[in-house]
Amino acid sequence: MSEIILTPLDQPGVPLEASNIKPDVFAGKTIEEIKNIEILHGNTPVKLSDFFEVTGESSENPAELKIIIDGNVDRTKRIGEGMNAGEILIKGNVNMYVGAEMKGGRITVEGNAGPWAGQTMIGGELEILGDAGDYVGSAYRGDWRGMQGGTIIVHGNAGNEIGEYMNGGKIIIKGDVNIMTGIHMNNGLIIVEGDAIARVGAEMAGGTIVVKGIIDEFLPGFEYLGVEKDIEVDGQTIPGAFYKFRGDHATKGAKGTVYVAVRGNGHIVP
Amino acid sequence: MEYVKNVVCPFCGTLCDDIICKVENGKIVGTINACRIAHNKFVHTEGATRYTRPFIRKNGELVEVTYDEAIEKAAEILAEAKRPLLYGWSSTECEAHAVGMELAEETGAVIDNTASVCHGPSVLALQDVGYPICTFGEVKNRADVVVYWGCNPMHAHPRHMSRHVFSRGFFRERGKPDRTVIVVDPRETDTAKIADIHLQVEFDRDYELIDAMRAYLLGHEILYDEVAGIPRETIEEAVEVMKNAQFGILFWGMGLTHSRGKHRNIDTAIMLTEDLNDFGKFNLIPMRGHYNVTGFNQVASWESGFPYCVDFSAGKPRYNPGETGANDLLLNREADALMVIASDPGAHFPQKAAEYMAEIPVIAIEPHRTPTTELADIIIPPAIVGLEAEGTAYRMEGVPIRMRKVVETDLLPDREIVEKILEKVRLEKVREVKASK
Repeated sequence: MSEIILTPLDQPGVPLEASNIKPDVFAGKTIEEIKNIEILHGNTPVKLSDFFEVTGESSENPAELKIIIDGNVDRTKRIGEGMNAGEILIKGNVNMYVGAEMKGGRITVEGNAGPWAGQTMIGGELEILGDAGDYVGSAYRGDWRGMQGGTIIVHGNAGNEIGEYMNGGKIIIKGDVNIMTGIHMNNGLIIVEGDAIARVGAEMAGGTIVVKGIIDEFLPGFEYLGVEKDIEVDGQTIPGAFYKFRGDHATKGAKGTVYVAVRGNGHIVP
Repeated sequence: MEYVKNVVCPFCGTLCDDIICKVENGKIVGTINACRIAHNKFVHTEGATRYTRPFIRKNGELVEVTYDEAIEKAAEILAEAKRPLLYGWSSTECEAHAVGMELAEETGAVIDNTASVCHGPSVLALQDVGYPICTFGEVKNRADVVVYWGCNPMHAHPRHMSRHVFSRGFFRERGKPDRTVIVVDPRETDTAKIADIHLQVEFDRDYELIDAMRAYLLGHEILYDEVAGIPRETIEEAVEVMKNAQFGILFWGMGLTHSRGKHRNIDTAIMLTEDLNDFGKFNLIPMRGHYNVTGFNQVASWESGFPYCVDFSAGKPRYNPGETGANDLLLNREADALMVIASDPGAHFPQKAAEYMAEIPVIAIEPHRTPTTELADIIIPPAIVGLEAEGTAYRMEGVPIRMRKVVETDLLPDREIVEKILEKVRLEKVREVKASK
């Protein structure tokens, strides 16, 4: 696999928008051509080389290309947006929309990611080793079709409205989440290994949410179905005892399932 | 003394259109029919400092300049900025908004109005799930169940209830006795005191309460005996009243849009209203604050396709509140210039946002001395729409009303100021293109 290394120079106050940083665009270009790729600095188009040092070797085939961003890009948005193949490794923090509309390939963020990571994702893998912001794997504003497929793994915590309008795929949050996880979810799977504050599965119509930690408050629109042991979701068995709920019955014809670990959650059972 | 009749009040979204102004020596000295807030706006209560000349801050001191000089300098700042923000717009008229949209496109700016700190969440929710709205006329003539959720019109929209709840309507001949008023508020407000049913919801638990209401409405059992501090039976009784309404109306305010969950509270409230239409007729109207906050959303929508938080940086309109809202841009320290018109973010934005405003160039098109003008580098005073200038405004439920001019002034109206800035920006851009060649 060929590697292109982008070393960020000083990140500006007015953020950069770099949906062109992805193997699909870099493939088949020389280093000189890659340096001249256009990105946006606020409302002004600039060259990639104005803000990144570019080294390495490109490849004809995007699937054979790995882009390594060697440092913090916390003022750069939309890295890997719409990417189809190949790999991106970000060795630091990244701003909003990393891997948005991603269709294939793999993105790894070693630091934290801003909000809307993996927005309306269709396929591929997005792994964030630090924390993620709000709206991980969400829909575009006003759209009712969110994430369709692919996998998002967040090792740290995540914010509000994870998997908003989710239609498929898998989101795993190893840390804690804030409120409204799986809001308006229709299909797919969300696993929260840490705690959730409130409103898990709000207005969900379908899909599955598993919370292994503690939920502070639970919604009154759900129906309690009892305790289930060693649950089977997405072809894998999750060991342990879980309270099972169906809902959110505030939504017409809702058939969503929420599993909440029995341990520590006695207060949410009626 | 002269009496000017049928004046439209430029204060809140109720947009009362029956004000009479007493004019003496070219000044408004009194009002009839206006509420106390409106009266103060019309007669300029003492304490308010009005700018009558433009100013530019030079070495920390405000120096009086001509309109041309202030406009030229403002255009220069906007033309040079990489992520300018044009914010405010809610206390001026729609023709000014239309020019503002053009200016935003020309400068690759983000344009946003005060909706992003008031009913922006409502706008987000109605895009997600719909907008079953009606006009005030229907409320007055038909409504037999009136719900005020998270708002206190007795103080914030003082004539709202007298015009639409207490007043007699075609099918509600006795006025208030023919209507059931439900107030949902954690506090015992003056509005709650005259309610037939007061649901004293726990702070930040509105979503949970609506979730329970909707589940019960669809024939399911509410999971808990008590939700949001309210017993299950009381919730069920309130839903029964709403279900049996011939014509119900839900008004909501900041208590719902800015408590925990924000746009999701409105989303589920809209869905409750939609579900209630399986039983009777039910509608909703957001209690918009500034008199023309709705108008900006209308203009921005027909010009760009998006109601607020419109980002022109990529040459085409884009939209994402949370990224392109005024506060998002200031708190994330993204904006590098700010033009404020017809609002006062210096007084109402979070401290960190106001601190950042002090670090970037600020242009204030503002008639009065405000916390925003204290942070401003350029102050351009306009004529006040509804008092000294004409224009169109949209009432909170989307009815356009022509604002009247009551007295004369030699100050320029907002629209003309923005037009002149736009003209200068275009000249500046031409100059830049020539220089780069």
